[in-house]
Amino acid sequence: MADSQVLTDTAAVTGPFGRRPKPIFSRRNIMLYGTLIVIAVYYLLPLYVMVVTSLKGMPEIRFGNIFAPPVEITFEPWVKAWSEACTGLNCDGLSRGFWNSVRITVPSVIISIAIASVNGYALANWRFRGSEVFFTILIFGSFIPYQVMIYPIVIVLREIGVYGSLTGLVIVHTIFGMPILTLLFRNYFVSVPEELFKAARVDGAGFWGIYFQIMLPMSLPIFVVAIILQITGIWNDFLFGVVYTKPDTYPMTVQLNNIVNSVQGVKEYNVNMAATIITGLVPLTVYFLSGKLFVRGIAAGAVKG
Amino acid sequence: MEPSISIKNLALSFGNLKVLKDLNLEVGQGEFLVLLGSSGCGKSTLLNCIAGLLDITDGQIFIGGRNVTWEEPSQRGIGMVFQSYALYPQMTVAGNLSFGLKNAGLPKAEIEERVNRAAKILQIEPLLKRKPAALSGGQRQRAAIGRALVRDVNVFLFDEPLSNLDAKLRADLRVEIKQLHQQLQNTMIYVTHDQIEAMTLADRIAIMRGGQILQLDTPHEIYNKPASKYVADFIGSPTMNFFDGAIEGGDQLRFTTGDLSFTLEGYEFDAGSPAPGTAWFGIRPEHMLSGADAGNAPIRMNGQVNLVEPLGSDTLARVTAEGHSLWIRLDGQAAIASGDSIAIGFDPARANLFDKTTENRL
Repeated sequence: MADSQVLTDTAAVTGPFGRRPKPIFSRRNIMLYGTLIVIAVYYLLPLYVMVVTSLKGMPEIRFGNIFAPPVEITFEPWVKAWSEACTGLNCDGLSRGFWNSVRITVPSVIISIAIASVNGYALANWRFRGSEVFFTILIFGSFIPYQVMIYPIVIVLREIGVYGSLTGLVIVHTIFGMPILTLLFRNYFVSVPEELFKAARVDGAGFWGIYFQIMLPMSLPIFVVAIILQITGIWNDFLFGVVYTKPDTYPMTVQLNNIVNSVQGVKEYNVNMAATIITGLVPLTVYFLSGKLFVRGIAAGAVKG
Repeated sequence: MEPSISIKNLALSFGNLKVLKDLNLEVGQGEFLVLLGSSGCGKSTLLNCIAGLLDITDGQIFIGGRNVTWEEPSQRGIGMVFQSYALYPQMTVAGNLSFGLKNAGLPKAEIEERVNRAAKILQIEPLLKRKPAALSGGQRQRAAIGRALVRDVNVFLFDEPLSNLDAKLRADLRVEIKQLHQQLQNTMIYVTHDQIEAMTLADRIAIMRGGQILQLDTPHEIYNKPASKYVADFIGSPTMNFFDGAIEGGDQLRFTTGDLSFTLEGYEFDAGSPAPGTAWFGIRPEHMLSGADAGNAPIRMNGQVNLVEPLGSDTLARVTAEGHSLWIRLDGQAAIASGDSIAIGFDPARANLFDKTTENRL
C-alpha cells in the first residue's frame, strides 16, 4: 500500500507534466520557416532591385552590379519620372497620367459600386419574376472575353460621342465591373439574416429605406472589398485605357508603358524604375491601409452563399 | 363578437408545391392561439402570410374586420417577433424600438413616450442606449418584443421566439409572455414546435401538418381527446403507448391485441359504439399505473423494466409486457432499476382509440 503510494508519486514527478515543450529548432519549424523565407525573398528581390536602381545615377548603373546598394543616393530619377519624362509629344512626365487615372478611377469606383450594391440588394432580397434569369445573364457576362467586346464598344462610344474622352472610359469600367461586383454584393446580402429584412418590412421601411438604413450600415466590410477590387483593377487597367482614350487622356499605366518602351535615346533604367514604383504606389497603399478589412470582408461575404 | 383575425380559404403554393391548402381559421379578440407542428408543416408560412411577408395564392385575410389581403405588412396592424430576434445591429435598443415609428412619421415626443412605456413594461429601460451585440439572449428577445409593443397594435405574431434560448431562460420568458398577454389583452398568434410552450401559453392550439390544421382546440381537449393518431402521438412526452389490435363486438366491446384482450368498459366513444374492426389503442405513460395502484386497475399485467430515466420530479421507465414495449411515468421517488419485475395496469376510461385506416378518433 505504502510502496505503491511512493511509486505513483515518483511517476507523477518524473512523468510529463504541465505544458508540452515545443523546441524552436524542430524539423517542422525549419521546414516551415525556411520555405516561407525563401518565397518571401523570391518576391521581394525584384522590388529591392527596383528601389535600389531608382536611387542610383546612370553612371553607377552602368557598372552592372544591380544588387549593390547605391553609393550616392539621388532622387533625380524620381523627379524626372514624375514631371519631365517624355511620352510621345508631351514631356511633363507621369503627373499627367496620374491625374488622368485619378479622374478615371474615382468616378468609376463610386458609380460601379453604387449601382452594383443596389443590384445585389435587389437580387438577394426582392426576388422579382425573372430575377434568377437576370442574375444568370449578368454572371454569364463576366465570362465573355473582353476581346470580343472591344470593337463593338468603340462603335457605341463613338455613336454617343464620348469616344476618346475620360467619360467614355468611366462608362466602360462601370459596365465591366458590374458582373463581379453584383455577384459579390448579392452573396453578401444573401448571408444577411432574412428575418432582419422581414422585420424592417413590418416596421414599414420600403426598398430604399431598408437599403440605406438597414443593409448599408451592416455591409462596411463588403464595401471595402469592392472598393479595393475596383481601385486596383481600374488603376492597373491597361487594355481599356489604351483602346478608349487618346494621348491627352491616357491613364498612368499607358503612359508608363510609353516611357519604359520608348526606343529613342538612352534607356534610363533609374527613371523607368522610379516611374514603375510611382505607378504601383496607389494600389500598394490601398492594400496596406485596408489589408485587415479586406480579409474580413472576403471571409464575411464573398466566400459564403 | 367580431373575430380579431379571420382567414378564409387561404392557399399558398410555390410552383407546384402546395404549402398551404384551403385553410380556414378564426382567432377571437384577445385570444392566444398557438400554431404547433413539426418542421415543414407550414406553421411559419401561415404566420408569414398573416403578416403579409409572403404573397398568398388564394383566399382572404381579415385583421380587425378589415380585409388586409393585399396590404403591406406595416399597414396590417400587426407586430412581429422573430426567432433570431432580428434586431438591427447598428442601432441601439431605443433605435430599434423607434425605427418603425419613425417610418410611420410619428412626432418625436410620441415616439419617445411609446418607447419609454414599452421599455417600462419589459423592464429594459437601462438597456435602451445599448447595441444589440451588448445584450444577452434574453435581453435581445425582450427588445424584439418591445419593437412589436411600441407599434400599439392589436395583433402580435410570434415566430418561434424562444427557440434560440437555453432551457432555463426559455421557461422564464415563457412566463413573461403569458403575463404580458394577460396585461395587454391583445390577440397573439404564436408559432412553436415546442409542445410545452404550446400547452402552457395557448388558449387554443392549432396542430398543423402538411399545410392543414388537423385539430384546433384547447390544450386540455388536445391532450385528453386528440382527434387523430398523429395528434395523439405528437402531443405528450414520452409519446403515447399504442397497441395495434382490433375491436370486437358483443355485449361488451373488447379490444384484442396479440394474447391480450380486455373490455373497453368506461371508454367514451365520440360517436356511439363503433363497428368491430382494426384499431389503435393508445394510453399515455402517465395514465399507466404501477405497483400497488396497478392492483386496482381494470387491466393488469406484469412487465420487465428495460430502461430507467430518472428526471427528478418523475421517473420514466421502459417496460416490456405481453410482448409490448411501453413507457410508464412513475413517481420520482420510485425505487426501480433496470431488470426489475413490475406490476402495471391501466384503465380504458383514460385511453384513446383510433380507427386503423382513417386514424381518426373513435
